[in-house]
Amino acid sequence: MSTDPTDPANPESPRVGVDEWVASHEQRRTHRSGFAGVVERELARVPSPAFYLGFGVAAAILPAVTSNGYVINVGVNTLLYMLLALGLNITVGYAGLLDLGYVAFYGFAAYGYAMLASPQFGLHWDTLAVIPLVVVATAILGLLVALPSRRLVGDYLAIVTLFFGELFATVYQNGESMSLLGFTKPHNITGGPNGIVNIDQFHVFGARIGALNYTAYYYVALVFFMVLLFAAYLVDHSRTGRAWRSLREDPLAAELMGMPVNRLKLIAFACGAGIAGLAGTIFAAVNTAVFASEFDFTSGLLIIVYAMLILGGAGSLGGVIVGALVVNVSLEVLRDPGHATWVFYVLIAATLVAKLRPWRWLAVIAAGTVGFGFAVHAIVSAVWPRGVHGQAAVGGVLGSGLSHWVILPSNPVTIGNVAFISLVLAVLVLTLLKGWAQKLAMIPTLYLAAFVWENRLVVEPSITRLILVGVILIVLMNARPQGLLGTSRVEIV
Amino acid sequence: MTALLEVDAVDTFYGPIHILQGLTLRIEPGELVCLLGGNASGKSTTLKTVLGLVSPRNGSVSFAGEDVTRRPTSYRIRKGMAIVPENRRLFAPMTVLENLQMGAYLHGGGTKEDFDRVYDLFPLLHERRAQLAGTLSGGEQQMVAMGRALMSKPKLLLMDEPSMGLAPILVERSFEIIKQVHESGVAMLVVEQNANVSLSIADRGYVLSTGRLVLEGPAESLRENEDLRKAYLGR
Repeated sequence: MSTDPTDPANPESPRVGVDEWVASHEQRRTHRSGFAGVVERELARVPSPAFYLGFGVAAAILPAVTSNGYVINVGVNTLLYMLLALGLNITVGYAGLLDLGYVAFYGFAAYGYAMLASPQFGLHWDTLAVIPLVVVATAILGLLVALPSRRLVGDYLAIVTLFFGELFATVYQNGESMSLLGFTKPHNITGGPNGIVNIDQFHVFGARIGALNYTAYYYVALVFFMVLLFAAYLVDHSRTGRAWRSLREDPLAAELMGMPVNRLKLIAFACGAGIAGLAGTIFAAVNTAVFASEFDFTSGLLIIVYAMLILGGAGSLGGVIVGALVVNVSLEVLRDPGHATWVFYVLIAATLVAKLRPWRWLAVIAAGTVGFGFAVHAIVSAVWPRGVHGQAAVGGVLGSGLSHWVILPSNPVTIGNVAFISLVLAVLVLTLLKGWAQKLAMIPTLYLAAFVWENRLVVEPSITRLILVGVILIVLMNARPQGLLGTSRVEIV
Repeated sequence: MTALLEVDAVDTFYGPIHILQGLTLRIEPGELVCLLGGNASGKSTTLKTVLGLVSPRNGSVSFAGEDVTRRPTSYRIRKGMAIVPENRRLFAPMTVLENLQMGAYLHGGGTKEDFDRVYDLFPLLHERRAQLAGTLSGGEQQMVAMGRALMSKPKLLLMDEPSMGLAPILVERSFEIIKQVHESGVAMLVVEQNANVSLSIADRGYVLSTGRLVLEGPAESLRENEDLRKAYLGR
C-alpha cells in the first residue's frame, strides 16, 4: 500500500486542495481519558456563576465552622483583597490599562470614610450615607486621573498613575497642616503621619457593629464582594465588557469599529476606582485607624494585589478569587518560620523534580547534596565547634535532621550575609555553566541556599515571605503563563 | 448627484513631513473604486484621512453630503463608513461571533438581519461562530474581517490591502467576495498593491505616487495605460 501522502489512491492521506482538516476539527479535539477526563468534561459544562455561588456559600459557612478569631480576621483581609483584585481586574484585566496608582483609590476612600466618621472633624455620619458618597467620590477621582492619561498607553500610563499614587501618599502623609494655597489658616486635614484614629464602626440608623466584631465585617465584605462579582460577570458578558476586551487586544481596531475608546477607558478607570473605594471604607472601619504609609508604594500592597491578579489570571473572575486566596493564605502561612521552612524545601525539591532530566541526575544531585552536607557538617564540628551550635527554626523530624546537616553557627549574622552574596554569585555562575559541570555545581549551590535560608532568611520572616511568594509566583507563571484560571492568549500571525 | 465620498484638495502631514499633497478623489454611491500605488505612495494615509485617524491640514472630507473633516472616527463609522484594516486586525482571543458583534458596536451589537446577511455571504462564519478568531487560517480571518465590517451595514466599505498575506487562490476568492459585496450595493474603496486583480473588478481607479494623484480614470482605460503597466503590472 502506498504511503505517499499526495497519492489520491490512498484514502488515509490528506488530499491537496481539500480542507478536510478544518471540516473535521471537532473530531480531532483530544480528550483526556479515564476518570480525570470525565471530571474535566463535567466541570466544563457547569456555568461559571455556579462556581461563584459555591464559593459564596462556602465562605458564608466559614464563621459557623470556626470561631477562631484569627481565621476570621484573615478572612476579612482576604475578602478585602478580593474586592481590590476585582476592581483591578476591570481596569487591568478587562480594559488592559496598566494602573499603578490603584492603591491610592483604596487609601483615598479609607481616608474619606475616616474623615466623615471619626472625631477628626467631629463628624459621625451614618454608614448608609458615607459609603455611597465615598464610593462615588472615589470613582470620580478615578475619572479625573484617567482624564489626562486617556491618550497614554502601556508604560506611559503606568508611570503617570504611579506618580499619582505617590502624590496621594505624600500629600496625606503631610496633611496635618494644610492651607488653600496659603490664603487660609493651616488646618489639620489628614492627621499627617499620625493618621486618623478612633474611626467609627459601621452604624446604620443607630445600630452599630461592635468593636472587633470581625464576623460582622466578614459578612459585610462577603455580601459586597458577591454582589459585585455577579455584576462584573454580567458586565463581562455585555456589550461594554466585550468592548473593553477588544480595546485591550487592539485599540486601533477598536477605534476602527467606531468604539468610543476614550470613554471606555474612563469608565474602566472609574469602575475600578469605585470598587477600590468600597474596599477602602470597609478597611477603615475594620481597622479603626488609617495611616498614609499603608497606601504608598513601599507598603507592597500594590504589588500584592497585582500578584493576585496575575496569579489568578488577569481578566478572569474565578482567578480573582483563587489569586487572592492563594496569595493571602500563603502570606499568612509564611509568617511562621516553621511553615516557611517547609515551603522552602518543598519548593526546591518540586522544582528539581520538575526540571531535572534524566532522572539519574536527580538521584545524583539529591544524594550528592545530602552527602555533601553531612561531610561539611562533620568537618566543621571537628574544626570549629561553635559553628554548629545554633538551632534550626523548624522543629520535628525536619528540624533535627537539619541540625545535623546544615552548619548553624551560634552567631550567624556576618557569615550569613557573606553567604547570601556568595549564593547570588553561585546562582549566576550556575547559569553560565553547561552540562555535567552545571549539574555538579548545583550540589554546593543547593547546600549554600539551605545554609543562607537557615541562618539568615528564616529569622526575618517579613522579608522572606515576600521573597517566597515571589518565587511561588515565578514558578507558577513558568508553568502557566496565563495565570491559574486565565485563558491562554492567541496571537494572530 | 452628490458623491458619497468627496476628498477635496487634502494636505496631510505627519509632523513636518508632507504626505498627501492636494489629493482629490470622489466616490459615487455604489461604486467600486481602487486606489493603487507603490510603497510609501500615501495609500494608507488616504484611508486614515478618510476615516479621521489623522486630520488633514488643508482641504476637506465630505461623506454623504456632509462635511466630516473635523468629526471623529466614531462619528464617521456611525454615518456609514466601515473598514477592513490592513492585516485584518481581528480580536484574536475573542470568538468569531464576538468579533462580528464588535463590528456592529454602534448599532447595539447587531440585529438578527445583520447576522443573517453576513452568514449568507460567509456560511463558514456561522459554522465557526464559537471558535476563537486567532485560531482561524488567514483566508478565514479575512472573511471574519469583512463580515465584521459589513455588520454595521455600511454605505462605504474601505479595504486596506485585502490581498496581503494570502495565497494566490485566496486572493482570487477574496476579490470574488469583494465583487459580490459590491453587487449588493455597497460602495467600496479598495487600496491595493496588486493592480492587476483590483482593476479587473473595479469601476474606476486612482493611482498615487509619493502623495500625489498621477492617474485616474475608468478601470479598463487604466489597464490599457502603458505607464501603469510598466510600473505595476510588470509587463
